[in-house]
Amino acid sequence: MKAAVLVFPGSNCDRDCKVAVETTTGAQVEMVWHEETSLPSNLDLIVVPGGFSYGDYLRCGAMASLSPVMAEVVKAANAGVSVLGICNGFQILCESGLLPGALLRNSGLKYVCKPIELTIENRKTRFTSAYGEQQTVWMTQGNGDGNFFAEPDVLKTIEDNGQVVFRYVENPNGSANNIAGIVNSAGNVLGMMPHPDRAFEPALGSADGAPLFHSLMKVLQAA
Amino acid sequence: MTTTTAQKTTAELAAEYGLKPDEYQVILDRLGREPNYVELGVFSVMWSEHCSYKSSRMHLRKFPVTGERVICGPGENAGVIDIGDGPDGQKLACIFKMESHNHPSYIEPFQGAATGVGGIMRDVFTMGARPVALLNALRFGEPSHQKTKRIVEGVVAGIGGYGNCVGVPTVAGETNFHSGYNGNCLVNAMCVGLADADKIFYSAAPEPGLPVVYFGSKTGRDGIHGATMSSAEFSEDSEEKRPTVQVGDPFAEKLLIEATLELMASGAVAAIQDMGAAGLTSSSVEMAGKGGLGITLDLDKVPQREENMSAYEMMLSESQERMLAILKPGREEDGYRIFKKWGLDAAVIGETNTSGHIVLTHKGEVVCDLPLGPLSDDAPLYDRPWVEPDMEAPLGSAPSAPVGDALLAILASPDMASKRWLWEQYDRHVMADTLADSATGSDAGMVRVHGTRKALAVTSDVTPRYVKANPYEGGKQAVAEAWRNLTAVGADPIAITDNLNFGNPERPKIMGQIVRAIDGMAEACRELNFPVVSGNVSLYNETNGVAIPPTPTVGAVGLLEDYDLRAGFHTLKTGHVLILIGETAGELGSSIYLREVHGIEAGAPPKVDLATEKLNGDFVRGLIQSKTAKAVHDLSDGGLLPAAFDMASASKVGIELRNTTGLEDFVFAFAEDQARYLIAVDGASAHLVLAKAAEAGVVAATIGVAGGTDLSLTGAMSLSLEQLRTANERWLPEYMA
Repeated sequence: MKAAVLVFPGSNCDRDCKVAVETTTGAQVEMVWHEETSLPSNLDLIVVPGGFSYGDYLRCGAMASLSPVMAEVVKAANAGVSVLGICNGFQILCESGLLPGALLRNSGLKYVCKPIELTIENRKTRFTSAYGEQQTVWMTQGNGDGNFFAEPDVLKTIEDNGQVVFRYVENPNGSANNIAGIVNSAGNVLGMMPHPDRAFEPALGSADGAPLFHSLMKVLQAA
Repeated sequence: MTTTTAQKTTAELAAEYGLKPDEYQVILDRLGREPNYVELGVFSVMWSEHCSYKSSRMHLRKFPVTGERVICGPGENAGVIDIGDGPDGQKLACIFKMESHNHPSYIEPFQGAATGVGGIMRDVFTMGARPVALLNALRFGEPSHQKTKRIVEGVVAGIGGYGNCVGVPTVAGETNFHSGYNGNCLVNAMCVGLADADKIFYSAAPEPGLPVVYFGSKTGRDGIHGATMSSAEFSEDSEEKRPTVQVGDPFAEKLLIEATLELMASGAVAAIQDMGAAGLTSSSVEMAGKGGLGITLDLDKVPQREENMSAYEMMLSESQERMLAILKPGREEDGYRIFKKWGLDAAVIGETNTSGHIVLTHKGEVVCDLPLGPLSDDAPLYDRPWVEPDMEAPLGSAPSAPVGDALLAILASPDMASKRWLWEQYDRHVMADTLADSATGSDAGMVRVHGTRKALAVTSDVTPRYVKANPYEGGKQAVAEAWRNLTAVGADPIAITDNLNFGNPERPKIMGQIVRAIDGMAEACRELNFPVVSGNVSLYNETNGVAIPPTPTVGAVGLLEDYDLRAGFHTLKTGHVLILIGETAGELGSSIYLREVHGIEAGAPPKVDLATEKLNGDFVRGLIQSKTAKAVHDLSDGGLLPAAFDMASASKVGIELRNTTGLEDFVFAFAEDQARYLIAVDGASAHLVLAKAAEAGVVAATIGVAGGTDLSLTGAMSLSLEQLRTANERWLPEYMA
């Protein structure tokens, strides 16, 4: 597998994502700076990491969505490359239009960091095939703006299409329908607030994020 | 405020900036003339208590500062210890320090606390380390005080807002509430970083003729005279000092970390210093002074955020997220390339020379020309008069109480209640190396040394009520408890940083607290082979003549060679046998039990026997390393029963204890004797552990077994974990709601 992790000024999970992908898949991972106007060739996965891109000033993910590299990510996504946005990365994917909806301020108005239980709602995606049916998993989460929102018709569409991939067992932030992660309608772009990049081996308290990366490997091996 | 160099300086003006008449006289004598306004400003910050340690310096010399693992002790931006080899054979170092931001946090809680976190991180990455863990030790006023809630809200949001954005996990800390902090909260922040031992950067300018480069955020008018403000008592009008508080930008700090580490890796840096307290003044004076050189700065070249800034304002500004570096010859272009990449302002603003002076020019005029010697070497040093501080007499007999009721009251008290509300606002997992944090159920935070089997254990400790009751014993206890907490997770304790928070040292009883607390800490550091490698002193924590409880906070670092051999207290399982290590004589003086159950704050604190501390601790660490101990918790605030609750609650399994001593049940339950641990072992190995303990001369007794869903002390109390947990979790969120 060949993967790239984007680096924006203010990204702070870029190394975590690189290590998580390398550790779980043995993939070769390149770091790609936000000013780049092209991506490495033949990528299988692009990871948009967590953090506070551009300080999250203006609105979380808004400025990053306008960066040169994101124009290339949109092209790659439309061409079918797998794109995974975690935390701030999810916000960036929503802002750039690759995913529907938006992430609002947490309903408690505070940053919340805690381990969180999730159900795998759809294991038929390329990101979740290594999980069990309706399996529950633990990952940690840390954000101030993780409250997923979409207009009622959009929400209905993503529910009807099976685009909801992860759902909170206990809603920590007011997210609509307890949504923690969604894919686009084509199924190649995943955005999620919890961090698989902080839950990929037992020493970290949970290895439940590892099957996500294993799923991507399975797809490649099958191809 | 007029700020021309032409303005005449007088002893009165000097006094306004915190210089005493005799100190002003020394300046006149050394210069042979009156300083101008800028020069007076430079002297006033350099000679402030905050920068010069003039009241504490002679006593700080009592601390042991060397050891096998000490690479750099006090005197640099942070302390450096050797943590062995890395995966590629490189020598690894851990760099750490704790620093207070008390005064600014009281005046402006959010920004005060945020910039405290930012400042301590800069001290660590300035030396070449990537910050990998943050801790904080917070002391607030009593909950019913009108300001307390607002300060808690602001401080916690400030710490989280800064650390979360920069992307360094906040893994441990401590929080107390007491009326003694009503007028002065304490915010002590600690940062721990990792570096290659042969790539550590220092501040001394190595040679003349080198470019001095400013980089980071622009200089504004914020924080002017912050160091001076932090060296004075508060009064009713302290609100007026709000403009002396700095404003932080964690995004700028994140860029600064990456740019600084990249600049260092490029090989361009000859010396480097962050601009912290007293900003451009102290950084330039220290770099040139430590190198035995001189320095010229052209202030017109300083990147400025505001128009028409005077030389005085630029030199005294404490604008955040700024660095000063001396580059190797001809390496300016490397610097500019990196600064441009990270979007930072940068400019060559001066040069080193052999003059021994600091010379500042502004708008074509020399606005400051001072010999560097007097600024540092002639900084005042006071042997302040002191008397034995007030001390509590030994406690007679303690009043009894029903054990179950007392436990519920203790677990729901502000100091003992769960601090979940706070630490859930801190990112504790970024960097993906956190093994233990505030939520885990362990006596210290733990982070992996990235890419290795090693881990660092970190903790912050002091028991202010003990230090108040007996500064010497309390000082010893602060160090001993930090050592014990590291031991309880299986780490080898290595070194400490101290953050000494006291009242006005010009009062002999306060000075007595400082002297005796340092004596006690130094004694413990020597006996436990636990040197001090960095530190910070915060004095004048008084409002309207009322001093804070003496609070010498200890931040400590330990090392695990193999993080698989770590312990916590969340790993208890049904059937485990509980063994109490250490002797329980029934110390209840200045205990949580007396204060929270009977409203009594009296009695001598528990004695700390350092030899026993070491004996018991080494024994417990051995049990962890041999995987015999399955769960470990040190006994501290509140004694045995609250510790048993912590273990049972974190492990989600009940504990049945029995009183194996001749003491009354409430004494057995809540005594705060030192050098004790509660450990859990497999039923089959309990006998062997007791035999080994006897052989080693360690007092140990089987006191219970794990199982069920209740916490009980046979014949005295039995309560469900659910009820106890509710009592423990409820207080803080309800208070903050």
